[in-house]
Amino acid sequence: MSSRIGPPLWLLAELTYRCPLQCPYCSNPLEFAQIKDELNTDEWLHVLRQGRELGAAQLGFSGGEPLLRQDLEVLAAEARGLGYYSNLITSGMGLSYERVGALKAAGLDHIQLSFQDSEKELNDYIAGSHKAFDKKLEMAQVVKEFGYPMVINFVLHRHNIDHIESILDLCLKLGADYVELANVQYYGWGLHNRDNLMPSAEQLRHAEEVTQRYRKQHDQKMQLIFVVPDYYETRPKGCMNGWGSVFLTVAPDGLALPCHSARDLPIAFPNVKTTPLKDIWYGSDGFNRYRGDDWMIEPCRSCPEKEQDFGGCRCQAYLLTGSAENADPVCDKSPHHHVIQTAVAQAQYRDAEVQPLLFRNTKNSHQMAKR
Amino acid sequence: MTQLEAISTIEQGIVPVLNKHFRLQWEPVQDSFVLLYPEGMVKLNASAGEILSACDGKKSVSDISDFLEKKYPDAEGISADVNDFFSAAKAKGWTHFV
Repeated sequence: MSSRIGPPLWLLAELTYRCPLQCPYCSNPLEFAQIKDELNTDEWLHVLRQGRELGAAQLGFSGGEPLLRQDLEVLAAEARGLGYYSNLITSGMGLSYERVGALKAAGLDHIQLSFQDSEKELNDYIAGSHKAFDKKLEMAQVVKEFGYPMVINFVLHRHNIDHIESILDLCLKLGADYVELANVQYYGWGLHNRDNLMPSAEQLRHAEEVTQRYRKQHDQKMQLIFVVPDYYETRPKGCMNGWGSVFLTVAPDGLALPCHSARDLPIAFPNVKTTPLKDIWYGSDGFNRYRGDDWMIEPCRSCPEKEQDFGGCRCQAYLLTGSAENADPVCDKSPHHHVIQTAVAQAQYRDAEVQPLLFRNTKNSHQMAKR
Repeated sequence: MTQLEAISTIEQGIVPVLNKHFRLQWEPVQDSFVLLYPEGMVKLNASAGEILSACDGKKSVSDISDFLEKKYPDAEGISADVNDFFSAAKAKGWTHFV
């Protein structure tokens, strides 16, 4: 089989699950606080070297908040030396003028800064920190000052999506080159809080319309990427471009995963502490499990679209239907599609009874792990 | 835009430059040049890879055509390929002209 498997082109290094913020849509596992034993610097360096040798060219430093790792500059320097194009995916917390300078000197290629909202009050409520908004504004200037491309990420949900105009105005003011307007994906904390986060169809329509207007007006200056919540689709996303096709995630404790949500699946994934990356990518049961289409059952097996969407997302299938082999229930051919329809129907009523947002923090994580 | 119009928009004397935030790199595992940018990677076909790697911020469009015609004397239609490439690359935001 190994001759048909392409190389891992994208490596996502989740350096830590620790984070000073508490966003209730975090994609980290609910039980993150139980997961200890972060890889040390040498172990990460070894991962970077092996990944590059296998062909990875894009590298993301993510988390948690990757800036909590004091060795980030060391890893960034190694990444540059190896020829990666490296991306720091950060909340901006823990960043400073000096640190951006050090990362630039180390050869980090770009910084993606996330915001929770365009207004301080909501931004800081969602982030669970009264310092967050001011810090982000300050760091956006610094990132720009060092000549980095300004890549801003806003995660959208029912509480902030109606602010789309002021969000885009803020991005223009900050001189953004790229803006990712990514609706919450319902995994991890996002799934737990789904009913309190999902926008209505009307909210979504408005946001897309405004985005399209800004896109026309500022096309040359600012690129806008709008990610709809897949619950509003009738065909699933071609998740990760196919299982084990181009993406390789290494979690903080060294667990190697085909995507950052795969930890939730009942599969024993290999760990980079004990298995070479090459064996993990080409030879492990976990990575081979959903490659190709031999594993598919109906309706995917005979579906003419299986080459395009690969049956959707295995994690979503598992989380919502109980079996990862099932079609992603986003697909309207799935016998479980009603699960999606029910959630979407509920999102149309703003006053619907929903449980309060559960913020992503260590205390809540320990409680969730006990359940 | 028709192909002819696209070509006519490119003056031969102007110098194409790779936009900042983009990096062109040879990837042995993919056996091709790739263009890297924030959270993106484009694998270039052989001809696009040759043209873009000849783009050094000094050579004009016609210099690049001459350079490649010398390097590949048997290849035909290099000049048209170079023109097509740079009009597409500008539209994609990969390059600009100085």
